Amino acid sequence: MTTERDPVSPTPLPNVVPVAPSEDLASQPINHEPSVVRAFLNTRGSGRLADNAFATVMLICACSIFVIVLFIFSILITHSKLSIAAFGLKFFSRQAWDPVSGDFGALPFIYGTLATSFLALLIAVPLALGVAVFLTELCPKQLRAPISFLTELLAAIPSVVYGLWAVFVLVPIMRDVIGPFLHKTLGWTGFFEGANFGVGLLTASIILAIMILPIISSLTRDIMTAVPNSQREGVLALGATRWEMIRIGVLRNSRIGIVGAVLLGLGRALGETMAVTMVIGNHPEISKSLFAPGYTLASVIANEFSEATGDLYLSALIEIGLALFLVTIVVNAAARLMVWAVTRGAPARVA
Amino acid sequence: MSTQPVNNLSQPTSAQFKPSRINNIRRSVMNHFVTALSILSTILVIAPLVAILVYLIYKGASSLNFAFFTQIPAPVGETGGGMANSIVGSGIILFLASLMGIPIGIAAGVYLAEFGSGKFLATAIRFTADVLNGVPSIVMGISIYSLIVLQQKHFSALAGGVALGIMMVPTITRTTEEMLATVPHSIREAALGLGVPKWRTAVSVTLRTASPGIITGCMLAFARVAGETAPLLFTAFGNQFWSFRLNEPIAALPLQIYVYAISPYDEWHRLAWAGSLVLIVMIMVAVTLVRIFANRGALKGGS
Repeated sequence: MTTERDPVSPTPLPNVVPVAPSEDLASQPINHEPSVVRAFLNTRGSGRLADNAFATVMLICACSIFVIVLFIFSILITHSKLSIAAFGLKFFSRQAWDPVSGDFGALPFIYGTLATSFLALLIAVPLALGVAVFLTELCPKQLRAPISFLTELLAAIPSVVYGLWAVFVLVPIMRDVIGPFLHKTLGWTGFFEGANFGVGLLTASIILAIMILPIISSLTRDIMTAVPNSQREGVLALGATRWEMIRIGVLRNSRIGIVGAVLLGLGRALGETMAVTMVIGNHPEISKSLFAPGYTLASVIANEFSEATGDLYLSALIEIGLALFLVTIVVNAAARLMVWAVTRGAPARVA
Repeated sequence: MSTQPVNNLSQPTSAQFKPSRINNIRRSVMNHFVTALSILSTILVIAPLVAILVYLIYKGASSLNFAFFTQIPAPVGETGGGMANSIVGSGIILFLASLMGIPIGIAAGVYLAEFGSGKFLATAIRFTADVLNGVPSIVMGISIYSLIVLQQKHFSALAGGVALGIMMVPTITRTTEEMLATVPHSIREAALGLGVPKWRTAVSVTLRTASPGIITGCMLAFARVAGETAPLLFTAFGNQFWSFRLNEPIAALPLQIYVYAISPYDEWHRLAWAGSLVLIVMIMVAVTLVRIFANRGALKGGS
């Protein structure tokens, strides 16, 4: 599809008529006067200038996305120079966090972030898979729309509201019901020991799991929907039960996409700030017990950034932000590649 | 991927010609077991949502009153007070964010769909947008802090608006692109065939046709940033009083909820619940509008 009128010929002369647009040929092939249509078109500008200007503006806006990412990256690097110079790579393997004497290390925060995120995935992934299987394969048609609407609502609740709910509902439940139960039944593992205040790594993981569930389950649902029906029919025709059909025909075909969806959930969990800050206890300490209070990369920034005195303190916090940025970018990039690999041929869907 | 042979199926029948009864029972039990598990997990997922919503409505509705919408926060120890300034502040910040995020997002989406098809640059931009979508909001907050607040030497509504605006861009870009891609080529060709310039085709024909979907994308992005707290912590900062100036710290609803939620006062907890209810209702109205728009558009069923 050519997009522009022929702006090259200012006046169609008789000898250029054969190569001129067909409208001229059809209407007045021999007449020396330009055709009515051509004369009208000639009085109007070609539109090439406007077209190019429009394309350029759109291109600039599109490239601004690059600029934003680069700018975040460069700003984080320039502002964390001080801390990078002072601690080097050891910053990420040191346990010290002493703003008074200016001694900083990010290990407790990295531990807290990884522990809560992986625990959250451990809780959320099986549930999300169950929901996705239910929604795509088992659910009666009338129920499908309300349930997916509900899970999407779950995704729309702001994290601060999750935090509020966690502080006033989940924390007492953890302290009085679930915590003692876990201590009694699984206390021998060493993961559920020590004083249980209700706030801590486990509570943070549970609220994180609730928050990333809708993301993982709706993505997984999309990926499973993208599996062609012929696969299901083929497996069923061989005499498989429904579960065998789901396992062989659906799950196996979409496993790369599911891993991608899980990674996207992980990316969200790593960067989640508010709800975690409100229930994790905010204590920079590495402890085996999941009841113990912890600290994550994001929540240390949220808590201490506006009170950080001294350039080194601030730059250490920004370096933590830089680490968080890089890790989430890597996780997200990997996840996107995997999801793309699976859903590329599938029809587009509004997120 | 989909062409690999299925080995597992042949196992039950290859050993003996007739599948044994025990095996059949095992398969059938497994089938029902997994079905039950999947239903159970759905219930487990829906339960917290219902719990959160019910508890929120119960707590929020009992603390909502007229003063909540008309008064500014009361000092510690006094009862009453409201979040009027936070609601207005959130409105101002979100307006600023939309002013920046929506045009850039839509323009980038138009580039991807109309000009960039098949180009490497477009793929790279698409990928970057997806990655930007996953950048933690707190990181966005500290970058905008370093860029604007450190230069200005004080927190400002403008900085908050910029932070949220940037967060809106990738979502809007991707939905705009997806919606434009669903517009049939014949519509574009019809416009171009009538001699309409390409830019005019994109603006008046393609964008117009896809507008319900694009509005959906904008509302989704709006709903997403409306509840963001982390990027506002160091940019808008919050304010206990009325503030309409763009270069002053300004109150925001999520920020105020956070401050009140971690405070030790019951009265403030009550306000936090009321604020959460208002925030959730705002977001849900947006999401529901999205549903209505998405189901009503010219492209119904086209996506």
